Amino acid sequence: MSDALTQTNKPDEKSLATEGSPQSGRAGGLLRSTLVRHVGLMLLALVGISLLLETVSPFRVSQLGELTYFIPAVAGLTVLTGLNGQISLGHGALMAVAAYTTSVLLDQESPLPFALIILIAVAITALVGALVGAAAARLHGPYLAGATLALAVGVPGLALYFEETLGGEQGLSVSPPRASPNFATFMADVTGESLSGQKFTAYLGWALSLLVLLLLSNLVVSRYGRTWRAVRDDEVAAELAGINLGRARVLAFVVSAACAGVGGVMIAIITRLTAPTTFTLVLSITLLVAIVIGGLGSLVGAIIGSLIVVFLRPFVTDLGAEGGLNAAQAANVAPLVFGIVLILVMLLAPRGLVGSVRFAYLTRQAARQAKAQR
Amino acid sequence: MLEISDLVTTYGPVKALDGVSISVPAGKITAVLGANGAGKTTLLRTVSGLVKSRSGKVTLGGQDITRTPVEGMVRLGMAHVPEGRGVIAELTVEENLRLGGLWRKDDDKAERMEEVYEQFPPLDKRRKLSAHTLSGGERQMLVVGRALLAKPKVLLLDEPSLGLAPLIVNQIFTLVRDLVDRTDLAVLLVEQNAKSALGIADTGVVLNLGRVVASEDAKTLLADEGLRHAYLGF
Repeated sequence: MSDALTQTNKPDEKSLATEGSPQSGRAGGLLRSTLVRHVGLMLLALVGISLLLETVSPFRVSQLGELTYFIPAVAGLTVLTGLNGQISLGHGALMAVAAYTTSVLLDQESPLPFALIILIAVAITALVGALVGAAAARLHGPYLAGATLALAVGVPGLALYFEETLGGEQGLSVSPPRASPNFATFMADVTGESLSGQKFTAYLGWALSLLVLLLLSNLVVSRYGRTWRAVRDDEVAAELAGINLGRARVLAFVVSAACAGVGGVMIAIITRLTAPTTFTLVLSITLLVAIVIGGLGSLVGAIIGSLIVVFLRPFVTDLGAEGGLNAAQAANVAPLVFGIVLILVMLLAPRGLVGSVRFAYLTRQAARQAKAQR
Repeated sequence: MLEISDLVTTYGPVKALDGVSISVPAGKITAVLGANGAGKTTLLRTVSGLVKSRSGKVTLGGQDITRTPVEGMVRLGMAHVPEGRGVIAELTVEENLRLGGLWRKDDDKAERMEEVYEQFPPLDKRRKLSAHTLSGGERQMLVVGRALLAKPKVLLLDEPSLGLAPLIVNQIFTLVRDLVDRTDLAVLLVEQNAKSALGIADTGVVLNLGRVVASEDAKTLLADEGLRHAYLGF
């Protein structure tokens, strides 16, 4: 994947510089480069997240950590479904592949360095993604949904079949990696308190999430992004423009699977238990819900969707408890509100939150341009 | 430039093309005419590989391309503008054009793009606009422009007049004629609108039920009243 990315960014920076869009007049030359802009944005986000992690309660830290297994997977899925038009009900299973790989590799006498484990887990998931993608490239719509659904149902079952290595129904317990002494000392010096394991995991997750978002945000404005959208919108036109449909589809699946792999690594070390019950169909569907609420194909939408999926239910439960409901009642109100929110989004913003805002903006822009020409 | 010989294409039991042979020379426009179901669109789709032929042969500049995959055709110098435009609505005008040159490595793509903008001024004004805001005529220009970005030797045009006002049809046809006169492009033009097509074409080929029933100089064809009444409806 990284190899494809380096190829991508080069031509695009160049072309962006020659494009000379109207906005770039007042911005500095460096800001014209998409890569530089995105890197800056991600660094800013990292600083913001660090401040947040240092100020909120441990419970919020754990929720913020939980976000980091959704964000990469949801971002990957929105690229696949939103930009390339391939639906996948099997991304939960891809996360399972990465989570089990991570758990098994961490469970050794002398485990490999964690960075290497992440790479291996992501690479294996991408490989599985390539296999699934090769099959998926021939399927459309409901058939593709069906095939990937089989993946979501089947893969967790493998853990039961290979009970010796994968721990069966009980699953594998994971001992999350610890911060390197240098990093721990550094953080202790800066913040004045020792770095908890949970906080370190959250830092790690956010660093990975932002890295994934950085790579994807460059990829979607590159020639690969254009190719994927062309394949989604008009296969015949794309083919006639010299695009190999199969290759474009499989590549989208591989990239998407790799992202799900990052999510899978995080889910393993955050939940500290890798078991089939984590990777049920509900997980795959939750990912789909997140991309639809946020707006298909939008990375910002993927973040917003993940936020809603992670925070809405506990938020409503808290609200209910404060409003005088007992614990059971409050817990039952949450799914109801969640459902109502889904229905409202679909009614009021059928393109998803970001998609609807963007569409309104484009409509206004087109109207302005038409007026200017008159 | 493009030689089609004895091409047969079937859809199940139906023979859509029944031994069609057409020669498309460089620097000329060859118009393929005929009623609905004559096999015009099938002819183009078979030539560019979107539909596999049953038998027969297609050569491009002497090279046999009968079994070349669709996405490979454009690399060999064949551009096909399909019926119904094929604009990628969500991409901007500029991004659509870039798709046409995606597979090419050479550095003159930017120049090439400017040439297209010069040829189609309405596109120039709308570079950054998403393609779904374009009118039918502009969309047609965009897909033709995208095809040209690939620097083709042969251009297959499928019903460029479909759904366009006569004025716009003329505009597009004139542009194509200019292009052929200036460069050495070979154009295979499929049209329902026989009168306009023959107005700019060098040669006219009439298809009926998958067979070539006439292949004449465009002017002769326009003058042949019997043929016009029988197959072209004017």
